Amino acid sequence: MHSYTVALAGNPNSGKTTLFNRLTGAHQRVGNYPGVTVEWKEGVRKTPQAELHFVDLPGTYSLSTFSEEELVARDYLLTRGPDVVVDVVDASNLERNLYLTTELLELGLPLVVVLNMSDVAERQGVRIDTRSLSARLGCPVVPSVGTRGDGLEAVLASVLDVVSRNGDGLPNRVDFGSQVEPHIAQLVRTMGDLDQPVLPDCQRRWYAVKLLERDEQVSAQLGATPVVGPATAAASALDLDGEDTSDIIISRQRYAFIEGLCRAAVKGRARPGRDRTDRIDRWTMHKVWGVPIFLLLMFAAFHLTFTLGAPLMTLMERGIELFATALTGLWPAGSESPLKSLIIDGIIGGVGGVLVFLPNIVLLFLAIALLEGSGYMARAAFVMDRFMNRVGLHGKSFIPLLIGFGCTVPAIMATRTLETRRDRLVTMLVLPLMSCGARLPIYSLIIPAFFPQRWQGPVLWIIYVVGVVLAMAGARLLQRSLFRGEATPFLMELPPYRMPTATSLLAQMGHRSWMYVKKAGTVILGVSIILWALTTYPKPPSGWTAPDDIAAAGTEQVGEDTAAAQAMAYSVAGRVGRFMEPVLEPMGFDWRIGTALIGAFAAKEVFVAQMGIVFAVGEADESSEALRARLQARYTPLAGLCIMLFCLIATPCMATVAVTRQESGSWRWAHLQFWGLTAVAWLLTTLVYQLGVLLNLGAV
Amino acid sequence: MPLALMHEGTQAILRVINGGRNLRGRLAALGLIPGAEVTVLRNGGNGPFVVAVNNARICLGRGMAMKIEVD
Repeated sequence: MHSYTVALAGNPNSGKTTLFNRLTGAHQRVGNYPGVTVEWKEGVRKTPQAELHFVDLPGTYSLSTFSEEELVARDYLLTRGPDVVVDVVDASNLERNLYLTTELLELGLPLVVVLNMSDVAERQGVRIDTRSLSARLGCPVVPSVGTRGDGLEAVLASVLDVVSRNGDGLPNRVDFGSQVEPHIAQLVRTMGDLDQPVLPDCQRRWYAVKLLERDEQVSAQLGATPVVGPATAAASALDLDGEDTSDIIISRQRYAFIEGLCRAAVKGRARPGRDRTDRIDRWTMHKVWGVPIFLLLMFAAFHLTFTLGAPLMTLMERGIELFATALTGLWPAGSESPLKSLIIDGIIGGVGGVLVFLPNIVLLFLAIALLEGSGYMARAAFVMDRFMNRVGLHGKSFIPLLIGFGCTVPAIMATRTLETRRDRLVTMLVLPLMSCGARLPIYSLIIPAFFPQRWQGPVLWIIYVVGVVLAMAGARLLQRSLFRGEATPFLMELPPYRMPTATSLLAQMGHRSWMYVKKAGTVILGVSIILWALTTYPKPPSGWTAPDDIAAAGTEQVGEDTAAAQAMAYSVAGRVGRFMEPVLEPMGFDWRIGTALIGAFAAKEVFVAQMGIVFAVGEADESSEALRARLQARYTPLAGLCIMLFCLIATPCMATVAVTRQESGSWRWAHLQFWGLTAVAWLLTTLVYQLGVLLNLGAV
Repeated sequence: MPLALMHEGTQAILRVINGGRNLRGRLAALGLIPGAEVTVLRNGGNGPFVVAVNNARICLGRGMAMKIEVD
């Protein structure tokens, strides 16, 4: 059975991904292009005639050098030589979408053009003569409606037809006009004489045009060859010919070519200005009302998440408890088996603690998927841009930052939507400051322990705000130091508002939620096991008691819990905690908090459970009054505040570090994120604590 | 005159883009090249600047809109 590679290219918002999903179904793999922050997606479709491997290239408007996406797309098309390229075009936006097509035509690869969203085009009164278009382009043109799955079979048929021709029947070339074509011809001739690099015949025109456009990457690539002289001369000649620079001349020619196509094959035009989208935009992008509407929608999204999520979370908790109980039954009662401890305390404790939040996380992602799919996010990005700009970020950065309130892991992956590497890295580095869902149990435990009812809401609010403020300050700092240069100017297409389909919502929501579960299943599982070992071993000899006896904290019972606390103190984690005490003291912490923090590295949720053990409260969760009582006895409210502050800023969890490494392409950034945040956390917390003690706020 | 100063609802033709190759290229790929006809959809003082180019809505920052000269 033959196997062919099919590359899917197209503008963002052209429905390419929906088409890809329909073509490949569940048979997809997602990953990263090495070294860059761009997502790689591939999938398979088996047909009776052949096996088709689809690669979903990032959505791009052209194949230039202005964004990582474009560099990745062009690199793939030039070096990996797919058997066919499928260009997904938004039929309701033909003139602009064909710009990319003019680039694809010059690559010398078999092409199939898909006129997606043809239902929208029709509704707007645009009639496209596909046969005429096909004749002029020299390739099949297939109408489709990706959201309904119309045209899918026709697309597959065209693809199979084109590949079976084995390189015969390449699409037509773009005519760049009498001013430019002679220069192209000359450059192509010169390329024919090159030994290195080997530029395949069919790609030479593309390279020639790029040289005339003064494309940076191509110019660098061919910089040492004899082509560069004539290329520079030709580009200059074009510059001097009139008012426009060579790149503008070539852009114009592309559009002239497109206009020729449309005049022959397209009847009717659609123009934005008065339809539903514009009516809604009057409010969402209103000078005065835009921001309040945005805040309202954000509030609604979070509120939905928490209110709907609460009962589901309880359900989840019960489920995990039942599971744990059932498993415990496998061992005789009172068993000291290390395996039992590993599985029940280590694995279920660690992983379960993370999974409990799944309902909340899933709902948050659903809300975000809804906002994205409907097209509102683009407007929100604009509304936010004014503020983001002040700290050197792009308006689009706010989306990953928003997701960060749920879980940092998918938030870091969401930075892929940002256009430049700089924006992505800065956002990734400050993301952990957006207080994620995992920290909530820490706050839920500590706030009621130290603050009266009236203060509880405000204190929680303050913590979140501090996180956001620090993130903004951090971004500003990074912009001034490591990432000099202006924020990417805001230039974005506003897609028309549409009602997202249930499948696309579920796909988006599912994808991100799955990240969360994977994080739990892999990184946290691994680290939970390690931490279990660190907090369980070595076991203390009988009769040993911890230096500052737990009994002093106000407990009289010498039972299982106290024994557990003693054991924790004796273990590796306990010792590390005690070892770190000098560093912890300026912040008002002691070794117990240190030990719990070590656990928190796996997943922030673990902090509470660890505190429970260290304070001999056994099965503690964030609503444990017993634990709160112990905390109250041991620490001041100031210290309590400092614990939360430190947890907010410091040590992104293991999973975050891992995914930062993955998305940024190197360990350098992950380290900077980790150590940078920890250092800032220590400094700030120490400052707050010492200041508080100085001003005698210790016993508020 | 700069695009940024055009009123909502008016139509204009792009003449010159006062920017580097990077800016020109990004604008070109979205349809904003000299000779292109645009309609200003939104221009609200400090707020968003949105133009219609062919059948698309493009949102620009004010700084960028100042660099685009139109008739």
